[in-house]
This record gives sequence, structure tokens and C-alpha cells, in this order.
Amino acid sequence: MEKFDKLTGIAAPMPLVNIDTDMIIPKVFLKTIKREGLGVNLFDEMRYDRQGNEIEDFVLNKPAYRDAQIIVAGDNFGCGSSREHAPWALLDFGIRCVISTSFADIFYNNCFKNGILPIVLPQEDVDKLMDDAERGANAVVTVDLEAQEITGPDGGKVTFDIDPFRKHCLLNGLDDIGLTLEKSASIEAFEEKAAQARPWV
Amino acid sequence: MSPKTLYDKIWDAHLAHEAEDGTCLLYIDRHLVHEVTSPQAFEGLRMAGRKVHAPDKTIAVPDHNVPTTEGRDDPSQMTEDSRIQVAALDKNAKDFGVHYYPVSDVRQGIVHIVGPEQGWTLPGMTVVCGDSHTATHGAFGALAHGIGTSEVEHVLATQTLIQKKSKNMKVEITGKLAPGVTAKDITLAVIGKTGTAGGTGHVIEYCGEAIQSLSMEGRMTVCNMAIEGGARAGLIAPDETTFEYVKGRPHAPKGAQWEAAMDWWKTLYTDEGAHFDKVVTIRGEDIAPVVTWGTSPEDVLPITEVVPDPSSFTGGKVEAAKRSIEYMGLTPGQKLSDIAIDTVFIGSCTNGRIEDLRAAAAIVKGKKIKEGMRAMVVPGSGLVRAQAEEEGLADIFKDAGFEWRLAGCSMCLAMNPDQLSEGERCASTSNRNFEGRQGYKGRTHLVSPGMAAAAAITGKLTDVREMM
Repeated sequence: MEKFDKLTGIAAPMPLVNIDTDMIIPKVFLKTIKREGLGVNLFDEMRYDRQGNEIEDFVLNKPAYRDAQIIVAGDNFGCGSSREHAPWALLDFGIRCVISTSFADIFYNNCFKNGILPIVLPQEDVDKLMDDAERGANAVVTVDLEAQEITGPDGGKVTFDIDPFRKHCLLNGLDDIGLTLEKSASIEAFEEKAAQARPWV
Repeated sequence: MSPKTLYDKIWDAHLAHEAEDGTCLLYIDRHLVHEVTSPQAFEGLRMAGRKVHAPDKTIAVPDHNVPTTEGRDDPSQMTEDSRIQVAALDKNAKDFGVHYYPVSDVRQGIVHIVGPEQGWTLPGMTVVCGDSHTATHGAFGALAHGIGTSEVEHVLATQTLIQKKSKNMKVEITGKLAPGVTAKDITLAVIGKTGTAGGTGHVIEYCGEAIQSLSMEGRMTVCNMAIEGGARAGLIAPDETTFEYVKGRPHAPKGAQWEAAMDWWKTLYTDEGAHFDKVVTIRGEDIAPVVTWGTSPEDVLPITEVVPDPSSFTGGKVEAAKRSIEYMGLTPGQKLSDIAIDTVFIGSCTNGRIEDLRAAAAIVKGKKIKEGMRAMVVPGSGLVRAQAEEEGLADIFKDAGFEWRLAGCSMCLAMNPDQLSEGERCASTSNRNFEGRQGYKGRTHLVSPGMAAAAAITGKLTDVREMM
């Protein structure tokens, strides 16, 4: 997993609430057995017409946002299906950070497994960043994970909370499985105990 | 000892490790696997030279992609990419030695129907699957939730998940349900009240007389859609109804082990005075047969209502409602019972069990579907299908003009050939009415099996109570 420490990039505004993972990556693209290559189909049904032509109005098709690395989104981003193809598609497009007032739990978790930083902020901070993101090519935002701080195009700063363990893993690009396997002795001890207590499992 | 919730008890019984910062390793008793969210996880194991830690606790079944038409053993029925995905699961199940129900097995079906049916899902267990509707298994008093593919790989490799504990939420449905009101109406009504983010960060325990009165099938329907309310998991305390359902299933404990299991299962309830962070109470008598009008499961109204005016909402929901109503091709003020339907889909992990098919067949019996209507019943598993045939339900559906399909996820998410075309409007017993969910620009109204059956007969969204 790629590390996440500090990111400076264009922020794209997507104020719609309840953007679900079916919107982020429609099911026709789930038939892959790889993690890569989904970026071209990110937001496919919002981004292209039936003939595959770009829909001009869609934010990521606008010249200023084609290289966006951050999305500022409406409430409850990533709800619905557990498909990790959603963060894979975001990452493959180049999105490394999503900011919203809330995220669905499974999507939120999936982001951290892929080096994407989801940031939860109060409504007023998201509103401010949404305004910043509306500025097209000037919507340059810096996200500093170490300092837990977002700097807007005017130099205004917003701080954010994050779980210390998740922060540590993102900053260092750590592989969860490797970390857990270091605790194999605890897992085996648990299994022995559970086999006594609940032998039918 | 301070009083605990049911969730607290199951959590505590599965805590394999707790770090100083509170990060926990939760031990997983059952890992269910399907073809869409697992190939990258197995590939990850191969690349790292890792094995499946507990193949005996891992159960795989293809369901999302598989065709539901006769002769599907013929691989030419599938698109190339679907075929590759199913073949990958065949190979991974064999290479890693996990339990497997291939397409050719009569026990094959939707993973969340197969697990309980085979007795893999038991009270007090932790159950995960790379699928958000894993919440279904909470009906047994099991802590069950969906995970992403990276977590699938983590569970395969370690049989644990890295977790922080969720908050406790209680949803109580008091009293009795009125005739024609079902578990589907309960779960949709709850989402209508709390919103799709109402349960975010929480595990819901459903309780109250109306919940206790439900069969296991109904309880699975309620818990299945906990995720649509934002909660990763829904739970119902196990009771005699649960034990009766579990007893004798192929993988349920037997003899002395059954007695030992029962001793523990009977302790699985929320203690008097235990703390809930959030409480929602709904009177069972106040729940009506409902339908969704929009493109979020929270867009729920009784069938007797009209399409709402977007300006009646606040905040970001105003724009979202406008977008939904335009997408759905509706007009504010239009009566929901005037909406004409092109297609009816009865099936899915929400409503693809025997009781659902019985409820639909009771409405359909002796009638014909509306001319021009496309209607299909897709049983949740091969065994549900066989039972429905034995009970004569299949004939009722076929005589009425329904297609009688083989088991799979089918049009719930339309990864197989069962899809809506552009603008096609469907009354569906599935769980999501998202844009494009059942097919590009398809329009979905979520309903109970009885309501879906009624719509198939009349050709429009219909109050099932008028046909009972």
C-alpha cells in the first residue's frame, strides 16, 4: 500500500448526499479479478452517456477537475454495497482523499486498506471546503495527515480527527495482515480457549 | 458486573487481542465467500505464499454472476468475464480446501440463504462475508457484517478482523403487525424513519413483540437491510424460534454438543439496564405496507401516500429528492398506487426464502399476471426452489405467467443477464433502489413479496390488503 503523508491537489465538489458505491463503480465493472484499471469507469453512469461519450456537466469531466486528487462530498458518501472496487476505482483515477460530513462504515474501512484518506468534518467545515472546491483550477487544497490539518486555497486551515492506529498505518503504508500475523500467538491461544468453550463452532 | 447488550456479549466472547490503543482483533467463526469480492483476496494469499488459516470455517458459493435460466451448467450461457470469475472461485475453493457449493449442487444459492439453511450460521457466532448483506445472519443472534476484499484476505489469512467496537443501537417494534404488513415493511419503515445513515457506527439490536413474533425468515429480512439503515450489523436475540430453526440442520451441533450450545445460546440476550447509545421505537400497529418512491432506501412511504414534493425536505436531501424523482420519472403529488409497473422481481437475500414465496403465491393463486408484464421468481437457493416445487408454489407462479428460475442473486444487482432496460420500472423484493442498480437507467420500487405479487397482477403498485 502506498503511504499517505501530505497531499496537495485539486479538490472536486460533489455535494450530492448518499453517493452510493453503485454510483462510484457500477456492477458491470465488478467482473474483474484484478484491483487495477477501474479508474476509467469511476462514476461511469454519471460520467458517460450510453455511447461512451463524456457528459460535459459531470464534475470530473470539466477541464479544471480532470486531475482531481481530492473529492469534497455530500453526507453519507460510499453507502450501500461493500465492494472494495469503489476505493480501487477512486485510487486508480487518482483520488487519494475524500472529505465529507459522514461515510458509510464499510467504505470508510476500505479506504484505509488502499491508502485513501477519508476525512470526516462538521457541516460548516465541509461547506467551506465545498466552496473552495467550486473554484475550478484554483481549488488547490493541501491535506497534511501528520499534522491532521487541511489548508484551503486562501490559506485557511481546518483540523480533523483520525484514529491513531489508522493514521500510523497510512503514514507508513503498513500491511494489515503482516501486523496481525505478528500476533499469531494470541490468535492461537484464543483458538484453544474457544475450542474448549464452544467446541461446536 | 455491569449489564451488557447482546452485541457486547458476542464481542467479548470473540476478542482475540486488544492493543493498548484499543484496536482489537476479533475472531471470526464463519467466513462466507462468493465469486465477486474474493478473487483479488485469494490472489493476494498466493502472492504472499499464505494459506487459508481455517478452511473448515470458510464456505464458498457462487451466486452474484450465475445465470438463473435452465441449462446454466453450459458455460456458454455466461459472458467471458463472469465465466472467469466463477471459474476462479471453483479453483480457489479447491486449491485452498474450503467448503464449496458449486453451481451444479442443489444446495447452491445466495450465500446469505445457504449459510443459515445448512446450519453454518449459529447463535453467538461472528460471521463475515465480502458482501454488505451479511447483516442477514444477525437474525440468529450472530454478529454478522460485510467486509471489503482486503478484509476478506485478512480473514482468510488470520481468521480475525482488525476492529474497533461499534456503538449499541436499539430498534424496538412494539405490539402487533396489521394484516398485510410484513418483515419487509418493518425494515423499510425503520430506514424511512432513521435514514440511510441513521445506524452508521452502530450495531442495531431489533427487539419488541412484533420482532419476536416473526419467523426466522422474517427476522432475516429485517436484519438483511440493517445495512441500508447504515448499520453494518443487525441482531435479534435467539429464542425458541431460532433454536427450532437451527436444530437438525446439516452443520448444527448434535447430541451433547447441542445441549452445551443451548446452555450458552440461552445466555445471549441484552441484560436488564444495559446501555444503548441510540434508541428508536416504532409501534407495530403504525406500520403500513410501504413502497419506495426514490433512489435511496430511505425514500419510503405507505402505499396509500403520494410522491413527495422535494421542497418538503431540508438540506442536501432537497436536491437528492429532485434528482430521484426525475430519475424515477415521477411527478410530486402523484398517487403511489397509480404508478404503472413493467416488471416484477421476487427473490434476493432479502426476500428469496420459502416464506416469501408462500406469501407471494397466496396473492397470485388462481390469477394471471397483467398482459405485457415481465415477472420472475428467483428462489434464494436450490433447496428453497425444490421445497416450493413440492408445495405446489412453482405451479401457481408458472400458471399465472411468472418465470420460474434457478437460484442466484439475479436482478437484485443485475450482474447476470437478468437486468432492467432503460426506463423499465420494476416492483422488486430486493434491497436497493439505487440509480442503475437493476440495470442502466432502470427504475426500482422496493416492496414486500405480497406487494410485488399484487403489482404483477394489477400492473401497478397496489395495496396488497385489497387483494387479501
